[in-house]
Amino acid sequence: MSEPELKRHTINAWMEDKPGVLNRVAGLFRRRNFNIESLAVGHSETPGISRMTFVAYGTERDMRQIQTQLDKLINVTRIEDVTHKPSIRRELALIKVKANSQTRAEVMQLVDIYRASIVDVNMDSLIIQIVGKEDQVDSLIKLLQSFGIQEMVRTGRVAMTRGESDRASEGTDTAVPAQQNGHH
Amino acid sequence: MSEIKTGGQIIWESLMHEGVEVVFGLPGGAILPTYDDLAKYEYPIHHVLVTHEQGASHMADGYARATGRVGVCIATSGPGATNLITGLATAYMDSTPVVAITGQVPTSLLGRDGFQEADVQGVSLPVTKHNYLITDIKDLPDAIKEAFYIARTGRPGPVLVDVCKDVQQASMPFKYPETVNLPGYNPNINAPDPTAVSHAARLINEAKKPVIVAGQGVSIAKAEAELRQLAEKADIPVATSLLGIGAFPGTHPLSISWGGMHGEAYCNYALQECDVLFAIGARLDDRLTGAFDTFAPKARIIHVDLDPAEMGKNITIDTPVIGDALLTLRGLLPQIEPNEHPTWLEQIAEWKADTGDRDILAQETDELIAPYVIRALWHATGEGNATVVTDVGQHQMWEAQYYHHIKRRSLLTSGGLGTMGYGLPAAIGAQMGLPDEEIWVVAGDGGFQMTMVELSTIVQEKLPIKIAIINNGFLGMVRQWQDVFYNKRHAGTPLFNPDFVKIAEAYGIPARAVTSKEEAPDAIKQAQAYDGPFLLDFQVEEFTNVYPMVTPGKSNADMIRRPNSMTPQGE
Repeated sequence: MSEPELKRHTINAWMEDKPGVLNRVAGLFRRRNFNIESLAVGHSETPGISRMTFVAYGTERDMRQIQTQLDKLINVTRIEDVTHKPSIRRELALIKVKANSQTRAEVMQLVDIYRASIVDVNMDSLIIQIVGKEDQVDSLIKLLQSFGIQEMVRTGRVAMTRGESDRASEGTDTAVPAQQNGHH
Repeated sequence: MSEIKTGGQIIWESLMHEGVEVVFGLPGGAILPTYDDLAKYEYPIHHVLVTHEQGASHMADGYARATGRVGVCIATSGPGATNLITGLATAYMDSTPVVAITGQVPTSLLGRDGFQEADVQGVSLPVTKHNYLITDIKDLPDAIKEAFYIARTGRPGPVLVDVCKDVQQASMPFKYPETVNLPGYNPNINAPDPTAVSHAARLINEAKKPVIVAGQGVSIAKAEAELRQLAEKADIPVATSLLGIGAFPGTHPLSISWGGMHGEAYCNYALQECDVLFAIGARLDDRLTGAFDTFAPKARIIHVDLDPAEMGKNITIDTPVIGDALLTLRGLLPQIEPNEHPTWLEQIAEWKADTGDRDILAQETDELIAPYVIRALWHATGEGNATVVTDVGQHQMWEAQYYHHIKRRSLLTSGGLGTMGYGLPAAIGAQMGLPDEEIWVVAGDGGFQMTMVELSTIVQEKLPIKIAIINNGFLGMVRQWQDVFYNKRHAGTPLFNPDFVKIAEAYGIPARAVTSKEEAPDAIKQAQAYDGPFLLDFQVEEFTNVYPMVTPGKSNADMIRRPNSMTPQGE
């Protein structure tokens, strides 16, 4: 048997906004030994329903387990794996970078190229805000390192499928395919 | 019209709406308002006072498994609630519907580390199907309604409702809700996808060496008759999981007993050699499968379960069928062609004969060995007419091997969590639910002592439970692992035991020690004839071990067999 291939999946989960729901989700990830790279959560378009995007890493089996186990949480209303769907994926980063009168222009030029923006200016530093795909964010961070990054925060990925929504936030997707891979 | 009720009243009246007749519990400060309302309003719910809260959760579990109804336990905050946890974890692993009600410190003291405060919602989170912390009385009726609904539907499980003391004392107009609003809960109680069922039928019809593995899900769905029809129509041998015992009669010609680490060897051979494996209502855990990638290597595997998360969790499967076992079998039966598999059944009969030759009971011995006790008990109870509640360990495996269960749900045992101490309290719960049933506890001397404090509950409730202690002076199964994997170094396994006859007599329970083979049948008869509880202390040969034995992480094909001649002690 060959080693199962490890993949990165982007998964959206909708859940009732009730006390402890994040604890339930985080507890499940820990208990089932799931490998989570990032997690972002906030309100959805439906009052009372929160929306989470998380990025998980593992085998196909791991990905099915994450989704089916998460789906069993009573407060989780829907799961959607957007990995193979046309979708927009973004994250936001705030980066506080050293910049004085000599280097500021050069930093601003980079900000321009990356279509980032400067949201705070000080005598010896700038706060840069970038919204983009992770690799763009990574790339800007790498370039800014030579100037000296003082502080940084990243939100983790959020994702949304393109085009018309086929479902409301309610309703459960059963995350098991009708037919799985052969046994042999 | 809604009348004004206190939180305590709402709890009891909600339980009555759910048809609850008995609860198992022990009072304490944070649950006192609720207990007071039970006395004050004389609700017709029988409260069984337990000795230790672990007993309460096991009793609720035993009650639920024996009756199919939701078992209810109740405890106070802090240690009362944490003592329930082992029983809830046991129920969670074995998919038992239990509702636990616990008192919590008043809302004004939440999070302040006051007396007897514990984060019970947090502690119980990973061992319950769902849980609630109620800080506002207006949430209480919905929470209890939902708790029962969640506990008993879909894949059953325990649900805990933690109720702050001031919520129990508060009051509001009460009307029990008629519906639940749980948008995220999908119990999958519907019929499965017809395409998947047809695919399964085709595999079964084409099989040359089919095997059915029936789990507890068959019994939960009350699908035993349909399972039998399927097996007989298509001439397919039926193995069960440990918890599936009773889902198919152990004496049926197509029964191949149960498989796994200590299942029958011939059953394991059949599982390893089959070409189609139809698993229904069994979660295919490691104790059944051995090393996952070595299980049923030649088989196309059909897996029927209503929990989608079980599909491919451990074993790669060919045909997942998500749905209720009864509806699946009903959908499947018309598509199954009558069939015969004489060559395959002959092969299995050969393996079975070999298993019989190696059977410890086929070997000459004058010693009182545990399998002999179980077989004597089986004969004495009309060859399978009692409900047996076991503890965990060697005696549990021997019970499963030598007591051929013919009735549904007639073996209650902690399979998933393997909770020592389960037997006695679970039997109390079972007897409360089935007052006319002959109920036997079969427990080891180690596990029995973990919860034997509940002997007082047996006496208090006047329950005619019969107890058979399989006493070998060791934590026997642990000792067996030490024998096999740790070069016979018996660290922490020899037991210092009390005189169990005197212990029983101290509670007013008659008892008898049994030290020889000859006495065993007579002692069992004496216990049965006594109108009330009776304890038998079977002082069995110490070093007998359970065979076969699959080394953890190894294939079932490589199980260690008992040599087919009498083995020296300790082998």
